Amino acid sequence: MTHALEIEGLVKTYGDGFEALKGIDLHVAEGDFFALLGPNGAGKSTTLGIVCSLVNKTAGKVRVFGNDIDTQLSDAKLNLGVVPQEFNFNQFEKVFDIVTTQAGYYGIPLKQASVSAEKYLKKLGLWDKRDTPARMLSGGMKRRLMIARALVHEPRLLILDEPTAGVDIELRRSMWTFLEEMNRQGTTIILTTHYLEEAEALCRNIAIIDHGKILKNTSKRDLLQELSVETFVLDTELALPAAPELDGFATRLDGEGALEVDVEKGQGLNQVFVQLEQRGIKVVSMRTKANRLEELFIRMVEENAVESRKGLEGVA
Amino acid sequence: MRTQALITAFNTIVVREIRRFTRIWAQTLLPPAVTMTLYFIIFGNLIGSRIGQMGGFDYMAFIVPGLIMMAVITNSYANVVSSFFSMKFQRSIEELLVSPVPNWVILAGYVCGGMARGLGIGLIVTLLSLAFTNLSIHSLPMMVVTVFLTSALFALGGFINAMLATKFDDISIVPTFVLTPLTYLGGVFYSIDLLPDFWQAVSMANPILYMVNGFRFGILGVSDVNPFVSLGMILVFISVLALIALKMLSRGKGIRH
Repeated sequence: MTHALEIEGLVKTYGDGFEALKGIDLHVAEGDFFALLGPNGAGKSTTLGIVCSLVNKTAGKVRVFGNDIDTQLSDAKLNLGVVPQEFNFNQFEKVFDIVTTQAGYYGIPLKQASVSAEKYLKKLGLWDKRDTPARMLSGGMKRRLMIARALVHEPRLLILDEPTAGVDIELRRSMWTFLEEMNRQGTTIILTTHYLEEAEALCRNIAIIDHGKILKNTSKRDLLQELSVETFVLDTELALPAAPELDGFATRLDGEGALEVDVEKGQGLNQVFVQLEQRGIKVVSMRTKANRLEELFIRMVEENAVESRKGLEGVA
Repeated sequence: MRTQALITAFNTIVVREIRRFTRIWAQTLLPPAVTMTLYFIIFGNLIGSRIGQMGGFDYMAFIVPGLIMMAVITNSYANVVSSFFSMKFQRSIEELLVSPVPNWVILAGYVCGGMARGLGIGLIVTLLSLAFTNLSIHSLPMMVVTVFLTSALFALGGFINAMLATKFDDISIVPTFVLTPLTYLGGVFYSIDLLPDFWQAVSMANPILYMVNGFRFGILGVSDVNPFVSLGMILVFISVLALIALKMLSRGKGIRH
């Protein structure tokens, strides 16, 4: 299998002694839609920063489509497009100039760069703003500008660090659609995000990182199967005075009077409805209490924190 | 990257630099033109007419090469230091760092951008000076080579200053406390023959003295120092600063964590 990204034993220790990455391994297959998840300070941006040459690594190997960044950095970079977390373009330059200038850095002549810039600015709904200085754009437009800039040289691997942070729901959905289309056309995508429903909706494979270590690196399906209990929230036609007792299911009422039911892996939801029907309770709508991936993510990070504390106590 | 791609990347950096300083022409091109015109009027016309001759020439003719050189030096330096530091500050330097442009092309692009502004302003000041005096060129090659190399040298200096700077104050310290005194004491307004022996010897340690005199030799044919020694000094400084700048870029000093 061809890998878009291979990371082996990656270590990063900052000048103040802080060990941001403690020897992580990560493999992302070509064509994948991959999420790197973790709480703030977990090491996500450091990892991606090293891949993009914005951070110097302390030790380890990084290869982009087989090109080692220590020996074939130029070839590695030609395959990479980067959308950073913070706005990092010249606020005084015009939208079109920002995109074509970036193409120029990749050695693409202006004529060809202009064609590519037009293509992506149109796709991302920024063509009408091409002569506008970047500082005049809204937050969502600035995010889309960074995506257009990252794609102008047609990279095979697109890295997005929190691409939809601070973006309204409608725009976020349209960006999802755009990224899914890019992925279908063959671009490998790696993203970090705080919106776990984003990772659940878009990605096929997920790695969870915390305190500079990879806690999990597997397919989304396998990851979600680890979730043993899922909580469903049922809105009933009539308000319930108390939570009904259901055989095999834990139940309770939430603060707004809706019925919460815990369903363990292997249990069928039909059983819940049958028992409610028998008690004359009519359900009008249903939703999961929390994003499934979010539940799993929180659990893993909490477990890791407990392990870390135990380790520290052992040392003490 | 292939050669053609390297040329495209280099051109992109230079064009972007030129676009930047022409977009803000009221901050970059106009002030030196106004300042130098005032120098010509006050020091050249009003005071100069009472000073008489210096180095065998009218005082106005004597100071013109120095003032042109002063404009070239300060603007070549200022362009690179402010542009590169602004890119660091806005983090738009990351656009370059993630791209495959080699460090030497980044450096060459910025230096040429700084030279474009320095030499452009040098040309504006030269044209303005023609309103006050007649310039007869003694050695065009010497004049051109000296001004080009000096411009490159100070553009390199500006680049290193920008790499080291962590706040806006840091990019004004060197121009204010180092460049300006060295330029004023570098023989722009006087011949060092006027100085006592001790201060003449001290002046010889000022690198800007060699550049001003090399350029003055190109225009007037007179110089306080051997013009070929001037060229040699400039080339040595350029080599040293270029090596330092490339080393800093390779280590990512101030631009990579």
